[in-house]
Amino acid sequence: MRHVLSVLVENEPGVLSRVAGLFSGRGFNIESLNVAPTLEEGVSLMTITTSGEEQIIEQIVKQLRKLVTVIKVVDFIDVSAVEREMMIVKVQADDARRAEVLRIADIFRCKVVDVSLNDLTLEATGDHGKVQAILSLLARFGIKEIARTGTVAMRRSMQPESV
Amino acid sequence: MELNGARILLECLKREGVDVLFGYPGGAVIDIYDELPRHDIRHVLVRHEQAAVHAADGLARASGKVGVCLVTSGPGATNTVTGIATAYADSIPMVVLTGQVPTPLIGNDAFQEVDIVGITRPCTKHNYLVKDVRDLARVLRQAFYLARSGRPGPVLVDLPKDVMQAKTEFVWPEDVKLRSYNPTYRPNLNQLRRAVEALLEAKRPLFFAGGGVVMSDASEELGWLARTLSIPVTSTLMGLGAFPGDDPLWLGMIGMHGTYAGNKAVNNADCIVAVGARFDDRVTGRLSAFASGARIIHIDIDPTSIRKNVRVDIPVVGDCRKALAGIREIATTRLAEKDWATAHEPWLAQVSAWRTEQPLTYVKNGSIKPQQVVETIFSITKGDAIVTTEVGQNQMWTAQFFTFRKPRTLLTSGGLGTMGYGFPAAIGAQFAFPDKLVIDMAGDGSIQMNIQELATAVCNKLPIKIVILNNGYLGMVRQWQELFYQRNYCSTCMEAQPDFVKLAEAYGAEGYRITDPGELESTLRTAFASPNTAVIDVRVEREENVYPMVPAGAALDEMLLV
Repeated sequence: MRHVLSVLVENEPGVLSRVAGLFSGRGFNIESLNVAPTLEEGVSLMTITTSGEEQIIEQIVKQLRKLVTVIKVVDFIDVSAVEREMMIVKVQADDARRAEVLRIADIFRCKVVDVSLNDLTLEATGDHGKVQAILSLLARFGIKEIARTGTVAMRRSMQPESV
Repeated sequence: MELNGARILLECLKREGVDVLFGYPGGAVIDIYDELPRHDIRHVLVRHEQAAVHAADGLARASGKVGVCLVTSGPGATNTVTGIATAYADSIPMVVLTGQVPTPLIGNDAFQEVDIVGITRPCTKHNYLVKDVRDLARVLRQAFYLARSGRPGPVLVDLPKDVMQAKTEFVWPEDVKLRSYNPTYRPNLNQLRRAVEALLEAKRPLFFAGGGVVMSDASEELGWLARTLSIPVTSTLMGLGAFPGDDPLWLGMIGMHGTYAGNKAVNNADCIVAVGARFDDRVTGRLSAFASGARIIHIDIDPTSIRKNVRVDIPVVGDCRKALAGIREIATTRLAEKDWATAHEPWLAQVSAWRTEQPLTYVKNGSIKPQQVVETIFSITKGDAIVTTEVGQNQMWTAQFFTFRKPRTLLTSGGLGTMGYGFPAAIGAQFAFPDKLVIDMAGDGSIQMNIQELATAVCNKLPIKIVILNNGYLGMVRQWQELFYQRNYCSTCMEAQPDFVKLAEAYGAEGYRITDPGELESTLRTAFASPNTAVIDVRVEREENVYPMVPAGAALDEMLLV
């Protein structure tokens, strides 16, 4: 099962190494990892995508909480969240194929960020499923290169009760 | 007034209650050594940095205080790694101070530079590199706080040379503020109620004590509960001494070399209260068969210990002593609901039958049996000693045949299994308790891993007794080769060994050799009565095995017996 973990950490030297070392040393799996500063100075947010059986995920969360520099860990499996990742993808697109590639890009609301005679570079954002879907649809044209961010996620705000 | 880093360091150590420091100087820490004589802290010069860490560890285990050691950068720092990992595996409070090259040189592959913070990240509870002298006091305060609080452990502080020379105003931080570190001491009351409920329903309950009982001084609570509720007690290696080994409710240690009664009890109990134990693979045997019929109540201060290896029915996160005291408080109000002694009578009769059926034993013959050496030492000392061990057969025989009655009387590397631990740990223990008899139970293999510390023991006039169960083998590995590798004794025969008596004498210690069983007791008595460091080389039966033995991967009750 895929889990997205939001890990709030003290932004100290070595904190990334502590987290990464925890995963590698204990044989846990990291699918993606994203780190960036937060509003609060000295605090960074890591978003880690991992997978494993329930007992493994429980250990991952507990082990992360045990690190002295980790302030808070949230497993988004338990809460309603908005999840996004971004991808830049360079697709082969000569004159014959360009229109078809652009149509797919349009359907998925991708942006064209670069173009040449033989390829198109698209920027796509969405949740993990959407980005995967775009990739698989573009595959038949020939993908030359991709660069992806890891997943970032945020808890949804409380919605008013439905009437 | 502005003080330099070295002075601030020593002022902080004093305020943290440090009076002994084990260490070894070098270029990066000369400033600290230059300052040291002006402070009321005793520095013990070891002969290898690994021994400094084990000595600090031994002091911590024996006394409950934070052990401290100081070494230089580079090789001095890397030599501490085994000792740090040893302390980490057994949750021992310790602060390791390492010198570092000056900050402008860090990262330049300078002389005697290593990234010790990077190297020790996975085997410390936490570690720090101090880059600014203004952070020094705060970091040291945090280091000691982290080492001793929650689940204790080693904390390393890396001290660049220029930071030790730089000056700043010394302000002792009264409080430690760490928003991201809040160990749970007070257990959830509801979980404690559920635990008592489970005990009320149990017919075959069992206490299973780990090192956490020793660490949190929970022995008294454990004893009260066991006796009042008529519940037998087993422990891990690390839990030995947490419950008196001569109590009728005591079943012995469980695990790979645990007692028959203990291992049978675990797999037949219907309710197990595991206190401060982490279910190591050496303890559980094959996991799928472990305690399969029991509800497991697991008390531990570290949430990661819970449900890591073994399923748990009632998890209790908290300090062991507070949790047991809480259970006691609730149980006291409900004592009348069950006639505990009568209800558990058939179970107690059963475990007692297992004990009689297969007690810990060995075959006596004309030679000196290692088990007999341990028994003789127990009878001479009446158990009033601090016993350290090395690792292997010597460790297991000590665990089996010495009756530990009080916590902090057995100091042994349980989790990491570090050969060479016992002797330097004995040095630390002797500094903590100068008037106690401290005995290192060693093998001829292990003792050679830190034998250079004879110089430390002799020059500090420590009356430590090293008893070498000398069989000329790396006995435990040889035992595995005998039992599981068709007696292919590859690289385990250590017949080429020094004359330990002469070696002891060369260092200025006393040396004794015992080859005749008739002289065992008298020679040990003479050596123990001496005020000097003594090495007693006991020539024991060479191919004696440790039994019972649960082969790796077998269930706890599938034991090989004598």
